[in-house]
Amino acid sequence: MKTSQNTASQQSSVFSGESLLLLALKMRTFIALFLILAFFTFMVPGFLAASSVVIMVKHIAINAFLALGITFVIITAGIDLSIGAILGFCGMVAGWLITKGIVLPMFGIAIFPSVWLIVPMVLVIGGLIGAVNGILITRYNVAPFICTLGTMYIVRGAAMLLSGGETFTGLSGNEQLGNTGFELIGSAKLLGLPYAIWMMFILAGVIAYIAKRTQFGRHVFAIGDNEHSAELSGVKVRSVKVWVYTISGLCAALAGIVVSSQLVASHPATGVAFEMNAIAAVVLGGTSLAGGRGTIMGTLIGAFVIGILADGLVMMGVSEFWQMVIKGVVIILAVIIDQKQSRLQHKAAIVQQK
Amino acid sequence: MSQANADVVIRAEKISMIYPGTIALNEVDYRVYRGKVNVIIGENGAGKSTLMKILAGVQQPSKGTIYLNDEAVSFQNTRDAAAKGVGMVHQELNLFGNLTVAENIFLGREKQHGLMPLDTAEQHRVTAELMARLDQDISPTELLSNLKVGQQQLIEIAKALADEADVLILDEPTSALSKTEVELLFKVIRDLTAQGVSIIYISHRLEELMAIGDHITILRDGNFQSEAEVKDIDVPWIVREMLGSDPVSNFLKPGREFGKPVLDVKNIKLINEMGHTLVDDVSMDVKSGEIVGIYGLMGAGRTELMECLLGLQDYSGEVEIAGHKVPAKMDTSDRIRYGICLVPEDRKKNGIFPISSVSNNMTISSLWRRLKHRFSIDEKAEAEAVTSAIGDLSIKVSSPDIEIRALSGGNQQKVVIGRTLLTSPKVLLLDEPTRGIDIGAKGDVFKMMVKLSEQGIGVLFSTSDLKEIMAVSDRILVMSGGKLTANIARSEATESALVSASAQGL
Repeated sequence: MKTSQNTASQQSSVFSGESLLLLALKMRTFIALFLILAFFTFMVPGFLAASSVVIMVKHIAINAFLALGITFVIITAGIDLSIGAILGFCGMVAGWLITKGIVLPMFGIAIFPSVWLIVPMVLVIGGLIGAVNGILITRYNVAPFICTLGTMYIVRGAAMLLSGGETFTGLSGNEQLGNTGFELIGSAKLLGLPYAIWMMFILAGVIAYIAKRTQFGRHVFAIGDNEHSAELSGVKVRSVKVWVYTISGLCAALAGIVVSSQLVASHPATGVAFEMNAIAAVVLGGTSLAGGRGTIMGTLIGAFVIGILADGLVMMGVSEFWQMVIKGVVIILAVIIDQKQSRLQHKAAIVQQK
Repeated sequence: MSQANADVVIRAEKISMIYPGTIALNEVDYRVYRGKVNVIIGENGAGKSTLMKILAGVQQPSKGTIYLNDEAVSFQNTRDAAAKGVGMVHQELNLFGNLTVAENIFLGREKQHGLMPLDTAEQHRVTAELMARLDQDISPTELLSNLKVGQQQLIEIAKALADEADVLILDEPTSALSKTEVELLFKVIRDLTAQGVSIIYISHRLEELMAIGDHITILRDGNFQSEAEVKDIDVPWIVREMLGSDPVSNFLKPGREFGKPVLDVKNIKLINEMGHTLVDDVSMDVKSGEIVGIYGLMGAGRTELMECLLGLQDYSGEVEIAGHKVPAKMDTSDRIRYGICLVPEDRKKNGIFPISSVSNNMTISSLWRRLKHRFSIDEKAEAEAVTSAIGDLSIKVSSPDIEIRALSGGNQQKVVIGRTLLTSPKVLLLDEPTRGIDIGAKGDVFKMMVKLSEQGIGVLFSTSDLKEIMAVSDRILVMSGGKLTANIARSEATESALVSASAQGL
């Protein structure tokens, strides 16, 4: 009798030990974030000063826009390599619209739309590029990696062609043309925080809501988990996928607008390799590249980890080359831990089921 | 006695195979005669596959001894069996379309030593020899994907022969073949037996067995049933021996009443890209409250018919669901809203979302039914629907938030059924609903089908198990080669009539 009690309590303690580990693994991005914060606070004097934090979060916001947008794509087991290029291209389109306007040679005039029109126009263009990705992938069965690699080159080339490789400067507009105010998107503040930071949190909220509380969100997860089953269950797989890439393009366009507004200039090479940072943030946040698993909160925290790591290392004076090495190590570690967690979780589920 | 033994190439004595909870084979004695076509037959689950796997070294028996040429042997693995001359050609072809015929035949045992390059010349020579033996004009350098299915089947046989197989096990070799391809295969089999190779032939197609078999062994429920010379017997005898005379269990109460048709199908025709007709001019209906079973062999077109009904295939013909005409182009999600739903055959591949929760697995088809302001998912209503479905279907699950892959097969199947029920279907399609689940869960599934039919849902299910179809259908359809070959009320159906209808036109 006593022995059986003993074994029972032993089992439960083993189990609770394991479930504690599982909890720690589940919260790993949070824990990583705190560890990194603690480390830099200790190593870099004045790291947590309000001004430097705001600057850091502003940097993070750009990557977060891209990462939030691409999270759905990755949950459907796809990938979007074109977001960096879309960011650059959309910044260029905004710059063009402000400095050159819409030229109508047959009438000999140029229309200069106001910023209130430019922003939605650019967002739509970004969304359309994403939709083209989605259509190519679903209708012509091009693998997402190859398709978006192709559009990455095309869109980047188009951005260069827009200005012949030159930078559009002076995006604050012209009082007489009525298209001023573009730079405010990047510089203005609400309640002491820059717009970009508010936008990041609002976007994260909207995307998280879509993921959790709408049919679309559930369908995205279903497709990533098992596309055949999704089809049979009445999920419109093709149209959901097109929308997923559209959202990704839309978010990239938003990032493009914010970047060019912050710089008050748009350069066609802006955003080169930004997609890699975004993918890293998503993966750090626990979204599986195999699809079906991931959270929006995780992506946001992942973007914070990457951003704080990058800025912190700069403030510590670590060389750029070492920064790359460290970032790579962190990403690989994250995936190894992710594998460990999903195995443990499966085991725990089976134990619980018995 | 010794004379008889000389003709026996394999003698298996008192072979038992015990799995936790079930006995797949119970002290089975089995003999394979040299240079003959030895047919083995039995219902699903009779133990013939298990026995064959033991003979081919895939599995080791729990008890019993195998004598090969009167010498006790035990095969540790398939290589071991192959080395002693027992080869098996599985039902699913294990070939690689991107490799040549010779590369496929020598895959995993390439003619190569040390750091020397592959001896392609030797491989090609042996392959050419094998092709000559099979009387086939196939070049060793031909890419496998350029061959027809029937030819690919022969490449599998060549693979076994390359190991100098003395005994060749063919597991349902004709299930994917056309009629002319079957004749070709039969010719090869006859040539091989003339060369002294012993063939073990598994098939459900009784006519085929009568045509090619010399000797027949029948298993039933894991036991040896009977053995005979094919020339002494006929089809009704086989059916009798196979099914036995035990009364079929019955899940249906007498005096069941049906309403108006909820599914009305006229002249459905499906032709695939290769130009094969998979569903050939099928017309049928299912009434409200009726359970209709489709019986047929593998490849009879049952799955394809259901896929047409759900809009997953480009078919021609008319479908009416609950009185609504459904255009052929209408997609699956709209059809589900009209009230048709499918529980697919391959649960792992087409049924579950393995890493999603039980709850999400259940509600994915019916999210549109529980929306707030037509937009956001009403989580409370969702949780209620899931809880009540778990209760109704008696699904054993510790929490609806658990990943579905942690559940047993039977419970996973119930979750998939629950998903379809939450859409409030008028017609429920179940494609082989009892595949891969245990006896107890099977009974649960049948009881549930009956309960649903009593609520007025029309149920259409398919199976290749005669006992199952007799146990739960009000009306039985039989398909063969894409055609509907019988449509009979259960009270008038006899097992031998169903079996012969399922072999029509093959």
